[in-house]
Amino acid sequence: MTSSPPATSQGRAGRSRRDSRFGDKVFFNFSRGAGILLLVIMAAIAGFLAYRSALALGKNEGNFLTTFEWTPDGVKPVFGIAVLAFGTLVSALIAMLIAVPVAVGIALFISHYAPRRIAQPFAYLVDLLAAVPSIVYGLWGVLFLVPHMDGLTSWLNEYLGWTYIFDQTKNGAPARNLFTVGILLAIMVLPIITAVTREVFRQVPRMHEEAALALGATRWEMIRTAVLPFGRPGIISASMLGLGRALGETIAVAIVLSSNSQLSLHLLDPGGGTFAQNIALKFNESQPFGRDALMASGLVLFVITLLVNGAARMIIARRKEYSGANA
Amino acid sequence: MKLQRNGRSKALAIGAVALVSSLSLAACGTDDNTKTAAGGSSSGSAAPAAAIACAKGGQLLGAGSTAQGNAVDVWKAAYGSACSGTTITYGAVGSGAGIQQFNQGKVAFAGSDSALKPAEVDASKAVCTGGQGVNLPMVGGLISVVFNVDGVDKLVLDGPTIAKIFDSQITKWNDPAIAALNPGAKLPDAEIQAIHRSDDSGTTENLTKYLAKAGGGAWAYPAAKTWAGKGGQSANGSAGVSAQVKQVKNSISYVELSFAQTNKLNSAAISTGASKPVEATAANGATTFAKAKIAGTGSDLALTLDYATKDEGAYPIVLVTYEIACDKGNKADSLDLLKSFLTYTISDTGQQAIGQAGYVPLPKELSTKVQAVIPTLA
Repeated sequence: MTSSPPATSQGRAGRSRRDSRFGDKVFFNFSRGAGILLLVIMAAIAGFLAYRSALALGKNEGNFLTTFEWTPDGVKPVFGIAVLAFGTLVSALIAMLIAVPVAVGIALFISHYAPRRIAQPFAYLVDLLAAVPSIVYGLWGVLFLVPHMDGLTSWLNEYLGWTYIFDQTKNGAPARNLFTVGILLAIMVLPIITAVTREVFRQVPRMHEEAALALGATRWEMIRTAVLPFGRPGIISASMLGLGRALGETIAVAIVLSSNSQLSLHLLDPGGGTFAQNIALKFNESQPFGRDALMASGLVLFVITLLVNGAARMIIARRKEYSGANA
Repeated sequence: MKLQRNGRSKALAIGAVALVSSLSLAACGTDDNTKTAAGGSSSGSAAPAAAIACAKGGQLLGAGSTAQGNAVDVWKAAYGSACSGTTITYGAVGSGAGIQQFNQGKVAFAGSDSALKPAEVDASKAVCTGGQGVNLPMVGGLISVVFNVDGVDKLVLDGPTIAKIFDSQITKWNDPAIAALNPGAKLPDAEIQAIHRSDDSGTTENLTKYLAKAGGGAWAYPAAKTWAGKGGQSANGSAGVSAQVKQVKNSISYVELSFAQTNKLNSAAISTGASKPVEATAANGATTFAKAKIAGTGSDLALTLDYATKDEGAYPIVLVTYEIACDKGNKADSLDLLKSFLTYTISDTGQQAIGQAGYVPLPKELSTKVQAVIPTLA
């Protein structure tokens, strides 16, 4: 309100001040309303999930945290999230291990290596991957990726079988396991991580890079000493964004994974499950009580996602000095 | 185009159709055309037009079982094209939700995979003034045990063997128990890839009902929509399971007849104790329905299926879904339409129409009993 425009043209000053005040007010209220709306929606989701879960948790005859089975509509309602939490975290972890290095590589290629003529369409192509619906990824996964995983899984089984996690105990079964799901999720989160990291790498101050080169650094050394440290918070927040999607991915996992209620570290054996996949598969035919139980698992996923995002915020906040360099 | 004109002229032949309504009929006809093209039953929906005694018009709401969703779609299209001014809506929301909506008075009839439980009958008395909800068997189905084994086209299994295969007690195709049922078949020395549904499903429930009764004690779990057996792999939905059986060598699974037919999967014959193993065909399923006992009383025709049947040509793994309506105290404004619609669905033409969509037409022995009840609804 105090920052009125400089009165250059005397005649119109009065009207334009009134206009801008009105516009300011509208915009201020609109943006404040949008912010409040977001909080209300979040609170409504959390409240709804908590209320419905409380209904189910009181009657659970198993331990919600350690039970493997999910049979809330059985004669004795028993359900637990052990298998789901394990499968969700493991598949997301595999996805991150694969996607983050590749995404950083792609982002560096686009921002620092590729000739501009190629970089632009290439970046566009990566963004396009993000636009593919997840059910298409799911169908591609089960019809194409799974049959073609046999070679890789038997290789892993033969040479890395001693690690226990790559030991295949079910011969002849198709590779509809947590490992394949992890690879599929990696492909799905790749464009998200790439897009954000690329933008951060572009913002590395030219001075830093030139200083490194002037000191005799090779291009790789320049990237290591100037680009990567500057971009680290960006890489982390991009990864967290991708992780959020990997944790919550529903239909692609439901199609690809051969789920069961056993917790196994043999990643190459079909089995396991994830929160979102379990909800998608059980919701349709479940009784009202079973739906409440599914809500409880949804609440756990909600909390995990909040924690992940919170962790990302904290990491970025701690490294503010780098983002400050950009301002 | 030909079909559409045909349907229209037949409907006109019934008479009492004004010029105005023929316009709306043409619209219905187009809708009908796409439906039949998808269902692949061209004669099925054009023919019954002659058999439908239309109600005056109005709106009929139903909700429930997803298993009979396709059947109701076929009927809706045929009935709608013959009877202008009527709207039939069926929400395939699941049996439990359908019964809930029926007992809240939101829908005039519910479709259900299982008969009303005593508590649900009590609850129905609140909406059915002076009466209660009754089960009318309407849609028959059959579950095929499908397999994909190189060099094996015909396979015979019995209840205990199926139970053991799906519970990982039998793990090789050349297991003595399978070999004994299949003398002369070249069974490979390979691991059995048993595939079950990963989502909760009525198909799983009906298969496990059979296994619990006819498994000779080999199936130690109660019948349920959630898979309980040990080991094996899982896939989402009948379509997902069918795709896996096609893709994975040495696999075995269970799907409803229509999925076995459209995916061209081999179905096992069941050795029931009859003189020869029973093939999974609609006719053999109908034989089992014909022998089913009626457990309900009065207008209630809830069935008790004999999963351990030893009758000649009676295929044991069958399922029946019901329409649930009030015997007395149905909503007055939709009663005529309800009776007219159900009269058509249980008629021979109605049952034949869904037979072409992979369901099992109910046999005369049973359908006549249902036909007798429908006019008494009030």
